[in-house]
Amino acid sequence: MASRLTFVQGNEACVRGALYAGLDFFAGYPITPSTEIAELMSVELPRKGGKFMQMEDEIASICAIIGASLTGQKVMTATSGPGFSLMQEGLGYAIMAEIPCVIVDVQRGGPSTGLPTKVSQGDVNQARWGVHGDHAIIALTASNHQDVFAMTVDAFNFSETYRTPVILLFDEVVGHMRERLEIPESGEIPLVERLKTSVREGVDYHPYLPREDGRLPMSDFGGVHRYNVTGLFHDMWGFPSENPRVVHDLLRHLMDKIENHVDEVTRYKEYFVDDAEMLLISYGSAARSALHVVMDRHQHGERIGLLELQTLWPFPANLVREKAKNARYVGVVEMNMGQVLQSVKMAVAQPERVFLANRVDGVLITPVDIRNILRLIQGKGV
Amino acid sequence: MAKAKLKGHLINRDWCKGCGICVNFCPKKVLELDEYDKVVAVRPQDCICCRLCELRCPDLAIEVQTEQE
Amino acid sequence: MAVKDYLREKFFPHIWCPGCGHGITLNALVRSIENMGLKKNDIVMVSGIGCSSRIAGYLDFHTLHTIHGRALAFAIGVKMSRPDLTLLVPMGDGDALSIGGNHFIHACRRNIDMTAIVMNNKVYGMTGGQYSPLSGYGTMATTAPYMNIDQEFDVVNMATAAGATFVARATSYHVNQLADVLQEAILHKGFSVVEVMTPCPTYFGRKNKEGSAVDMMEKLKTMTTPIDSKAKRENPSLIERGIFVKKEMPEYCTEYQKIIERAMKTAP
Repeated sequence: MASRLTFVQGNEACVRGALYAGLDFFAGYPITPSTEIAELMSVELPRKGGKFMQMEDEIASICAIIGASLTGQKVMTATSGPGFSLMQEGLGYAIMAEIPCVIVDVQRGGPSTGLPTKVSQGDVNQARWGVHGDHAIIALTASNHQDVFAMTVDAFNFSETYRTPVILLFDEVVGHMRERLEIPESGEIPLVERLKTSVREGVDYHPYLPREDGRLPMSDFGGVHRYNVTGLFHDMWGFPSENPRVVHDLLRHLMDKIENHVDEVTRYKEYFVDDAEMLLISYGSAARSALHVVMDRHQHGERIGLLELQTLWPFPANLVREKAKNARYVGVVEMNMGQVLQSVKMAVAQPERVFLANRVDGVLITPVDIRNILRLIQGKGV
Repeated sequence: MAKAKLKGHLINRDWCKGCGICVNFCPKKVLELDEYDKVVAVRPQDCICCRLCELRCPDLAIEVQTEQE
Repeated sequence: MAVKDYLREKFFPHIWCPGCGHGITLNALVRSIENMGLKKNDIVMVSGIGCSSRIAGYLDFHTLHTIHGRALAFAIGVKMSRPDLTLLVPMGDGDALSIGGNHFIHACRRNIDMTAIVMNNKVYGMTGGQYSPLSGYGTMATTAPYMNIDQEFDVVNMATAAGATFVARATSYHVNQLADVLQEAILHKGFSVVEVMTPCPTYFGRKNKEGSAVDMMEKLKTMTTPIDSKAKRENPSLIERGIFVKKEMPEYCTEYQKIIERAMKTAP
């Protein structure tokens, strides 16, 4: 398939990315501002022999995609804040049972019903800690449609590589706005396929025994190996265990398999960071405004730069610390009350340099908003 | 169908939990619980091979083996 | 293939109490599977949480032990992706009809080809004997210490109203009927619901002074009767056993396959 130029919503860019990555099964429930993803999936998936289901609620959606993933399929669901809250238990199950799946959260004003049609970036910390218990998670985001597409493909690739759910944290502005998207030729972006076990029929297969390279080969349900999958702590055969050694090792494994690979899953973009006196750190649609400020002020000779994060979790602390080391001021630009700010402050030397440039009223933070805050911080008034 | 002839009652004493269901519902009172609360066939000669003990056992601990097997 | 070939024998004796009806259900289920000659690799068992749901661990199939109340949702994902597999979904009464009520209703409605086995012991056993939506007015439980004032569901009526195309009830006492009904349920191409009335001697039995496991089995014999029997007409309070609904309706996976065929014709 040759590359093709389109003009679409961000939600559609996500759908195109998922289809490009080889999505087979989508189950979801309508919720603004993600509904277009479900609608488009209902059209496109059956066209390629895939399956779409509108489930009775978000809980059923996350559970259904986990079931489908166990049969070897690439799976996804999409929702927003309230639905994402409902999915946490299912998400925890996928984490514990190490089942690949992709969950899209197109963020809107929260908490609770909040602002269904308006933007926020309020679910960042929930993506990390919404699930109970100690665990690790990968969460990606994007500020423009080309990156929405690319991060969606990355999400599927990371999901298969690390045998884990991956969250795509988009937001209402990116989800609903229309922008240019060039869909690459097939083969242009490498895909990671399900790693299947090479253990033959009749030979003992351990669903939870990592290979030497750390990856865990899977065996499809309905295939030649019968095993147990559970949300309880379990041994390498998947059977429940409360043995302290087994529990400790499994918990460490679930954390380490992601936390030890921060570099491999870190995606970001940088603009004029090296000599920046004022470093902005941003992500998602807020980064569009931050970038505008940087490009504009740079032309006026200001030493201002932008670090646009595309991987939010595991938080790329070393990257942020490194990029921020020479800046006099570090401004985190986001549409919440300082969720990434917390992580940045913990990561950098001299956290007193770090401040928040935010907006939390459902309206996209503007370049003027950011500029005014920068001027205040620098003691220059508005 | 020819009437099955009993070969024996295969009882797994590790699995038997002594619930007494097989004992109580045996139509011919073939079974009893011993001093360890495990089932034993005390009157095997009365067994009509109805298999109700085998079918009703919650622990799959008793099997009626017949000559046809 | 002997019945034992379907078991994960290394985990026996199982965790269920002496006289637990779940063990009897397991017994009947493996017999019906053996009778049908189903291949182990073709069976996926998806269970929830609770004593009943532990059944999956004891059977040598593809087993998926999920979260409380959500077994049917997981099962639907498996079935839609692999419609050729046989899906068995054993759940407890609380798992299926309390927290899982919504998924139960919609699974019935969709008529997706799988078999829901509601192992109804009228109590939350694993957590120590709390009342469930199947316990009934007047019963006692750890969270109804004065008396339960909740009316109970009728599983058969619920399933029928929600659209299940095979609905049956059996008991742990009537094991031959239980095995037959399970077999018909599994062979039925559509959403099958089998309610199995099973005793919980340890919690429900003790709290409600129903005696031993043997006494509770005896009660299952005397308080139930075949559908529309003379005994039922004389004594309406008896609970009917048998097959209540058995009809052929479009099955969900088959219908979706038609959608795929239509959609593929519109693909660029």
